[in-house]
Amino acid sequence: MIEIKGLHKYFGDLHVLKGIDLTVKKGEVLSIIGASGSGKSTLLYCINGLEAIQQGEVLVDGVSVHAKGTNLNQLRTKMGMVFQQFNSFPHLTALENVALAPKIVKGKSKAEAKEIARAQLQHVGLGDKFDSYPSALSGGQQQRLAIARALAMEPSYMLFDEATSALDPELVGEVLDTMRLLAEEGMTMICVTHEMGFARDVSDRVAFFHQGIMEEIGPPKQIFSEPKSEHTAKFLANVR
Amino acid sequence: MNEPISFFSGFGPKDLWFLAQAAWQTLLISALSISTGTLLGVFFGWILSESKIVGAITLGLILDAFRSIPLIIQLVLFYNLFNVLGLAISPFWAGVVILAVYTSALVANVARGGIEAVGAPMRRAGRSLGLSYVQTMQHVVWPIGLRAVFPSWVGVALGVLKDSALVSVLGHPELLKVARDLITRTQQPLLVLAVAGAFYFALSYPISRYAAHLERKWQS
Repeated sequence: MIEIKGLHKYFGDLHVLKGIDLTVKKGEVLSIIGASGSGKSTLLYCINGLEAIQQGEVLVDGVSVHAKGTNLNQLRTKMGMVFQQFNSFPHLTALENVALAPKIVKGKSKAEAKEIARAQLQHVGLGDKFDSYPSALSGGQQQRLAIARALAMEPSYMLFDEATSALDPELVGEVLDTMRLLAEEGMTMICVTHEMGFARDVSDRVAFFHQGIMEEIGPPKQIFSEPKSEHTAKFLANVR
Repeated sequence: MNEPISFFSGFGPKDLWFLAQAAWQTLLISALSISTGTLLGVFFGWILSESKIVGAITLGLILDAFRSIPLIIQLVLFYNLFNVLGLAISPFWAGVVILAVYTSALVANVARGGIEAVGAPMRRAGRSLGLSYVQTMQHVVWPIGLRAVFPSWVGVALGVLKDSALVSVLGHPELLKVARDLITRTQQPLLVLAVAGAFYFALSYPISRYAAHLERKWQS
């Protein structure tokens, strides 16, 4: 379970997150929508400990992410993260990209790590790309590689930060399909997304962020057809 | 070089052997200074990339001085300084130390460029997988950065190999010093310099070939 309590985040004088309270249960798929600069991505970075926070608390399975003494490297292995930019490691083949963290962080043997990598690449439909370098893969394939790389650590949670925003339109589908597959398999997911179709069809709940505040959260049906906040209604009218 | 030399005798096979020994000295000076200078330079480059303002003001300024003052002045200045300070140091080691510092000043900027070529998103990707700072540097930043700046580093290494000729001003019998001595004796400057040049080429060429081979391998 991921619990966020009274979270405040500043970048200098800029108040980016203004008191967020949110709980994501095991197996839940939460989509976070909202305009650029509303703090959605920052929230993910705070959950993963990639950004410091100024007030409040983030608990992952009861462990406080930002507390002194927390082994962040270990805690991060529980949370796979996929970024807008694919960030595949260009000097490694697809197989090596995925095998790296299991080998280095989890101390798996080379053979074990490669076995895990093969399984995860097959999982995301890249079973024929083991030896390809990222430069030889399309954007969609690179993003699926990034998903496989995160899954190889056997995370309990997956955080997606606008995973399809940098993709050509015709490549968005394959990545969304992979995300759908994970959701169907019961993965706990927090997806910052601009894909309203995905948010509506796949999520258990949808949260709308506006200027650092979580304006509303609820089942997709309610958010999309009867938004309570006028900001939500306005945002949805604009993106449709 | 201690045996008596008859004045103005022609260039003979023995002289070729002198030059070969001198080339070995050039290779030793270069290999020692380039390797230690590179290690130092990578460390300096890392400091420059991590502590931008403080690093640029302090270390950056010192390195800039070493980069901009002609090497020949540094050699003469520091060699004499060592002697004034009572540090008995041979021309060979003086040359190695000064060339190493000079190399480190050049490599520091190359290394910083390499580290900075790997942006924050790529590092975050490493960290998000649970890699520590050191592991991210070792397995992500360094290998990617190295590929980006390797050609520049090869340029520095080849440059230092040729600049090692300046150690001749300290009197150490490396390639250029021996060549000049031979010219004085043989009065055949064109021949002697051509042979010395061929030795420099023979030292540099394998390095640039091997570098080209590595670059091709990394690109595939």
